[in-house]
Amino acid sequence: MDVTTATAREIASAVAAKSISAGEIAEATIAQVARVDGELGAYLTTTPELMREHAARVDARIAAGETLPLAGVPIAIKDNMCVRGTRTTCGSKILEHWVAPYTGTAVQRLLDAGALPIGKTNMDEFAMGSSCENSALGVTRNPYDPGRVPGGSSGGSAAAVGGFAATVSLGSDTGGSIREPAAFCNVVGFKPTYGRVSRYGLVAFASSLDQIGPFARTVEDAALVYDAMAGKDPHDATSVDIPVESTADHLRTDLRGLRVGIVKEFATSDLGAEIDACYRTAYADLERLGAELVEVELPTAKYGLATYYLIAPAECSSNLARFDGVRYGLRVDGADVGEMYEKTRAAGFGPEVKRRILIGTYALSSGYYDAYYVKAQKARTKIAADFARAFEKCDLIASPAASTPAFGFNAKSDPVAMYLMDYYTIPVSLAGLPSLSVPCGAVVPEGGTHPMPMGLQLASPLFSERLLLGAAHAYEIATKHAEKLAPRVAVTP
Amino acid sequence: MSVAERDLVVTPEIRAKYEVVIGIECHVELKTASKMFCGCRNTFGGEPNTNVCPVCLAMPGALPVPNVLAIEHMIRAGLAFGAAIPAYSKFDRKNYFYPDMPKNYQISQYDMPLTQGGIVRYWLPDGTVREAALTRIHLEEDTGKSTHAGSADGRIAGSTYSLVDFNRAGVPLMECVSEPDLRSADEAVGYLEALKRTFVALGVSDVKMEEGSLRCDANVSVRLRGATEYGTKAEIKNMNSFRSVHRAIESEAERQIAIVEGGGRVVQETRGWDEAAGVSHSMRSKEQAHDYRYFPEPDLVPMEITEERIAALRATLPALPIVRFERYTGELGLSVAAAAQLIDGGLADYFDATVDAGAPPAAAANIVLADLSRLANEAGIAVSESHVSPAALAELVALLEAKTINSKIGKDVLGRIWREGGSPKTIVEAEGLAQVSDPSAVAGFVDEVLAANAQSAADFRAGKENALKFLVGQVMKNSRGKANPVLVEQVLRERLTS
Amino acid sequence: MASDRIDVPHVAKLARLALTPDEVERFGGQLASLLTFVDELRELDTESVAATAQVIESRNVVRPDTVVPGLSREDALAGAPAAQIGFFRVPKIIAAAD
Repeated sequence: MDVTTATAREIASAVAAKSISAGEIAEATIAQVARVDGELGAYLTTTPELMREHAARVDARIAAGETLPLAGVPIAIKDNMCVRGTRTTCGSKILEHWVAPYTGTAVQRLLDAGALPIGKTNMDEFAMGSSCENSALGVTRNPYDPGRVPGGSSGGSAAAVGGFAATVSLGSDTGGSIREPAAFCNVVGFKPTYGRVSRYGLVAFASSLDQIGPFARTVEDAALVYDAMAGKDPHDATSVDIPVESTADHLRTDLRGLRVGIVKEFATSDLGAEIDACYRTAYADLERLGAELVEVELPTAKYGLATYYLIAPAECSSNLARFDGVRYGLRVDGADVGEMYEKTRAAGFGPEVKRRILIGTYALSSGYYDAYYVKAQKARTKIAADFARAFEKCDLIASPAASTPAFGFNAKSDPVAMYLMDYYTIPVSLAGLPSLSVPCGAVVPEGGTHPMPMGLQLASPLFSERLLLGAAHAYEIATKHAEKLAPRVAVTP
Repeated sequence: MSVAERDLVVTPEIRAKYEVVIGIECHVELKTASKMFCGCRNTFGGEPNTNVCPVCLAMPGALPVPNVLAIEHMIRAGLAFGAAIPAYSKFDRKNYFYPDMPKNYQISQYDMPLTQGGIVRYWLPDGTVREAALTRIHLEEDTGKSTHAGSADGRIAGSTYSLVDFNRAGVPLMECVSEPDLRSADEAVGYLEALKRTFVALGVSDVKMEEGSLRCDANVSVRLRGATEYGTKAEIKNMNSFRSVHRAIESEAERQIAIVEGGGRVVQETRGWDEAAGVSHSMRSKEQAHDYRYFPEPDLVPMEITEERIAALRATLPALPIVRFERYTGELGLSVAAAAQLIDGGLADYFDATVDAGAPPAAAANIVLADLSRLANEAGIAVSESHVSPAALAELVALLEAKTINSKIGKDVLGRIWREGGSPKTIVEAEGLAQVSDPSAVAGFVDEVLAANAQSAADFRAGKENALKFLVGQVMKNSRGKANPVLVEQVLRERLTS
Repeated sequence: MASDRIDVPHVAKLARLALTPDEVERFGGQLASLLTFVDELRELDTESVAATAQVIESRNVVRPDTVVPGLSREDALAGAPAAQIGFFRVPKIIAAAD
């Protein structure tokens, strides 16, 4: 078995069957990461000793006869998730040297299930961005074109899996931060229903939107990771107490009997001929698999971006207030504590973070709260209602995950242009729906030399992860788009 | 402007022209085992930063989860004051930066608190019952504590740095806001005492100002009597005892009256009370209003409180202090002092049981507050923990009321029951301790004593009253304490003056 | 509403962010254009619509009043920029909080 290209399912089975040890998996992964990450830049911190420790424990537990769903599966973790004893930076100077004293619930569940932690991946600072360029601590390159971005904010986690420097990884998605980089990096990226996976240990960006989710090279692997970490957590009051239906053992092979909604407002005709053709083919493939395509309308979806760019910054302006130089992280001294706050935060936060804190503070401030924040929360209600109405006519909604393939570094210098990258993913986030991106082909970008991956976004009603992953799996095994592209970062020596 | 700087002296005549208007805002720490949003211990003291976790230190990625007991305490407190408990309530974030606020926002309640309205009925030292309306009581979390170093007196002004301890951060806090219904320092203290008594009776807080489990601020303004508009108010902080509150309010009232009477205008500001100096200092102008940017707490879900839940919590309310007070001073005719002592001394339940067992209230109050309490204090236990059951005490009171035994015997019997338990009636009968009130028997004792103490008899006839006391004592001794002392004195006088 | 230039220095103060004059200018412009962008929300009729605080419908999620071990003081202070005899040390606090 080639550890680098094996799936999580294959690795877990092999380790369970004792045909390979977790220790061997760990060594092979550590070597691989050392080989490729210089170019890829997916990791901010690698944790080889921790990985070896966990591998030894897994091997001991397997020897004792335990069943571990993710035995020996190497996993990369986005650097906004706390892992005890490891540097957790959120891609920011303000936490550049901070070592977490505790491990978040989702990560802990995966480690308990046998996963081996490879390291912490690069990201847009505090999860704000769609290209990973907002990281203050490193540059991550798209494995399919080093001159292009991997997407964001979970760029490192997407690139690690897409570049074969991890078997699976964890990202976080607030407005598209798993789905968009998954599309850019030719991998599956899945955001569960809001409340399905505990946020305890995930550094908060927008509390009512953030969710942790997996990247993987197959839908089945994403399902395995989800199954191992989903479910109510007493440490997170927003995690829901609804029984988790396992998904990995309920994957479909066709879409017969399902209705797939194509959103009128998300028409692909004005995305350029190639991209349009890519999605038309994808929709046709869904139909070929037995799905009935129906047109649905989401009339409020076009207000999604405006809604999101009020709610998310408002919540983050409050969530990031704790970064003040008092208890942890960067401190820049001042003559008094007020000056210390201002200088610390000025030095520690990058421009995008400052922008969002400012707009968020403004939207909540006296005189503006009703016009901006409350208005946005009402728009959110309407958007969620649109989806609920659409789901009366269909079981799944299909759309592009992003309007273009990965763009070049510095291509989107205007903040608003960058925000538009989340046009399709944001409305889904606002409604809290489970959603994923699955590779659906490739197109040569404008000015590009070779095809770059595209992603198909699928979304389904609240708490219907089994349906969503099942359908995505059927599409994936029928079309096998991901394997048609080769990464440009060295995979094997 | 401190008292010393005033030009005008506020005479009683000037004072009488004005009415003082006071509103009180209290923060009361709730009595729970753990903090409001995390499992850290809720306790006073301890080495700094030994009672903390990622949640109450506001570490990245930490999340709050509310303590169910704190919520129940809140609702019961509201019910005790007749507040309305809404069907729906939520938490909000109150955003501001301060070093002892780990998140730089406080999880509090803004527009949908757990209780609304309510009335606090309280009594004044003379027994008058008044009432003040509550605006609301809401639930929030406490901050950490900072100590200021580098200044001579430990205050912020003049300090060069501060040290922060987060042990207290996250402790559940009730914020009680009253309407400006109080009209004197006495009323303000009466109100505070009523809050304290009620919270202690409910078991929701220990309410110890010296431990910081009750902190209060007073909003004080003055206006000419008969005026309908409120004057400009100042907020007074830093009062660390009820006495301090009293002094501070009186001082502030005088300060403001002096300003207004002198033609000036009171500045709306926050003033810190300096107990040692007996004055307040301006802290900052309250005009600099804070923009707290309240919004619903997205990390928590709302609370829905059903009628059933409210009824169940209402059923757990104990007898409320003010209700007891009114019954004691009204129906039962006790003095204000006795009523207050019974209630504040934790003796009310015991007293009630004694009265229920048939004892007349005044006599029961007397014996509980005097003899029984003394025994309890000496033994270092509570009255209710003693061997003296309320029924036994009622029996003893009945014997005394009927003059079956005299007070000295009564004390002896009480002491016996205290040590061994039992029934006073049984003891008295078994040991023949009944008072001797038969005149001829008493006369017999008296004659014996007079015969043996001719000198004392002569002293008395010569005008020394003390000699009589001595003679009475001798008769009591000879009768082994059982002679009716009133009768003894009566007979002695007869004999000596005839 | 979009024509209001945001009072960037005031908002920055509320957010405890020191900005250079250059940043005030630049952010001011960027925030103004962002506000134009979000202003389209005004077209949306939200008259009879309730604000979503959360998409999930959970209610009454609470924890029992039990004590759970927290962090050791060592762990609590490990990342402290300035610690002193068990406390977190900060520069002098000028104005008292509200």
